[in-house]
Amino acid sequence: MTLSESTAAPVNEVVLEAVGLTKHFPVRRRLRDLVSRAPAAVHAVDDVSFALRRGQVTALVGESGSGKSTVARLLAQLYRRTAGDVRLHGVSTRVHGGRAFRSYVRRVQLILQDPFASLNPVHTIRYHLSRSLRIHGNAGRTAEDLDRALADLLTRVSLTPPERYLDAFPHELSGGQRQRVAIARALGAAPEVLLADEPVSMLDVSIRLGVLNLLRDLKERLDLAILYITHDIASARYFADETIVMYAGRMVEGGDSETVTQRPAHPYTRLLIESAPDPDSITGAAAATAHDRGDGEPPSLIRPPAGCRFHPRCPHAMPRCSVDLPPRLEIADRPGHWAACWLYDPATVAAEDAGAVPPPPASALGDGTATSGESR
Amino acid sequence: MSEPVLEVRKLRVDYGLGDEAVHAVRDVDLTLHRGEVLGLAGESGSGKSTLAYGLTRLLPPPGVVSGGQVVYHPLDGLPVDVLTLTPAKLRQFRWAETSIVFQGAMNSLNPVHRVSTQLLDVIKAHEPRSTAAGRLARARELLRLVGISADRLDSYPHQLSGGMRQRVMIAMALALEPQVVIMDEPTTALDVVMQRQILGQLAELRQRLGFAVLFITHDLSLLVEFSDRIAIMYGGRIVEEAPAVELYRRALHPYTDGLLHSFPALRGPRRELTGIPGSPPDLRAMPSGCAFHPRCPKAFGPCDKELPPLGPPGDDRPGRAVACWLHPAAEPVPR
Repeated sequence: MTLSESTAAPVNEVVLEAVGLTKHFPVRRRLRDLVSRAPAAVHAVDDVSFALRRGQVTALVGESGSGKSTVARLLAQLYRRTAGDVRLHGVSTRVHGGRAFRSYVRRVQLILQDPFASLNPVHTIRYHLSRSLRIHGNAGRTAEDLDRALADLLTRVSLTPPERYLDAFPHELSGGQRQRVAIARALGAAPEVLLADEPVSMLDVSIRLGVLNLLRDLKERLDLAILYITHDIASARYFADETIVMYAGRMVEGGDSETVTQRPAHPYTRLLIESAPDPDSITGAAAATAHDRGDGEPPSLIRPPAGCRFHPRCPHAMPRCSVDLPPRLEIADRPGHWAACWLYDPATVAAEDAGAVPPPPASALGDGTATSGESR
Repeated sequence: MSEPVLEVRKLRVDYGLGDEAVHAVRDVDLTLHRGEVLGLAGESGSGKSTLAYGLTRLLPPPGVVSGGQVVYHPLDGLPVDVLTLTPAKLRQFRWAETSIVFQGAMNSLNPVHRVSTQLLDVIKAHEPRSTAAGRLARARELLRLVGISADRLDSYPHQLSGGMRQRVMIAMALALEPQVVIMDEPTTALDVVMQRQILGQLAELRQRLGFAVLFITHDLSLLVEFSDRIAIMYGGRIVEEAPAVELYRRALHPYTDGLLHSFPALRGPRRELTGIPGSPPDLRAMPSGCAFHPRCPKAFGPCDKELPPLGPPGDDRPGRAVACWLHPAAEPVPR
């Protein structure tokens, strides 16, 4: 198991791509709303675009309710999207079950958060894995083929010797072992893409890294594209090549993991990183709360704020932030690093800049053009 | 170090009786000093929550406290053993002297009652001679203390966000100005931003009101930052205890060291991390000797035969204690 950062990987082939992906969940309406208003909806995911590349891990980081799990379910085609597109090898796909869904799932597999709930307690590990192999046509012809494939799967996820686990029931395994079985089940389909929705957050801290390292190992050996969904930005830095930060259903920042975590550009990413527990700053927990004006609350997604969704909480909010939606703006420090924030648009900053305020902290401004204007 | 407020001595908690019993907490000694934050860290199944419930006598059957003492030192008056209190005394002791914020605090508010009803109820039950107006004023003050505006008193729990509900729970825990607040994973269900805000508020309140906190969590990196001292539990026993800073700088027990290296760092160089191999022990079939030896990278001769006692390490650092044969105690605690 080695860190993959050293290899300056060439731009790998895009396997799965989200283009302007949007999902609105309808809200039950009351009678009086019927006449007065347009149908209300929870804007769970709005205009999310990114690409999963072969042999790369992309992390999607955000708080609960930011829409990151909805993105995973949209990519797994478990939800119908409201707008946008999911492209597998450049081909637009929209499947809702049946043969088409199976052939899609064969290539894109979802791993869920809770291995205690995602395995059937009345069936053995053998049942779970052979089902996956059979359905996706990887079981071979004879019983020996199947046995060999089963042993192979368990060995791949380091559950050795396989015979010890094959006839065990889920309750006989620990959380980490169960999650490994869930990963093995996903591998039974021989997929190209793994969508891992908080794969380690239910596990004990001492075994989380083991599972993450296993996923990385598999990625390297099988050349998988992995979407790693997490609320823990430190683990994204550890595990992912690329990190995308979501807030209230929108992407706010993206770039390679090291840049996003070490030189965060968007005020929300900075807040997230400042808030993460940091044993090196043993100064008491009261330090970093000053920057958040919104009491730590994400906004309502039924009526999300106009403009930038973070502006009610943002310490650098300018008048324009509450009106116009910021586009992705390139940040000069590293190719591919972008933030959806008006602070990085020189024209806006110049126009808004009435009283010169020192630039935001964390020295994230590589181009040195951005200064923040206080809105009030 | 200030005087102790809560002393746990040789506490044993079992689930079940007789030979079938599972020993979830084994001979735990722990001292909470006045006004300090003592962090208790461990994996699931290490007995940390059981310990908290055991020492407040909230343990539901089949949990049984099968031995030991929990000595509480009130501000004025003689020390009492919580485990031998009569039901009436226990009722007075709970909440007024020691309050607890539970793991699922988000769900511990009654959904069909307003926040005000629940807050006033506590004060009324413990201070029956207070006036209605006085109680209401107190409830308002409590909410303000945790940063919620007083007009939220009339809200139902579902009208508050998760973070606000958690703050209401903290306000309720502080309602009677207890000396000890036990927090069992109080922020696990919250987002990091909210977690930091609540912990910041808690640190501030503690400075102002001077209560002691027993903070239970699995997130060691949070504890290092937030608590004064840390005790690490593994397999029902305390394996290491040290001031937070020292524990972070130099962990003595291999398990502590492993835990500290299980959290990817957000700053500094990116390192390959391994976590701890193996899985937490099964309480029904504990390994012989040191419970950690099957997973320990440094296990040697005596580890699988004899249980290492918890005591100050040989090279004598004040305030530290460790149960590991690598650091044999200078003067083993008699058992």
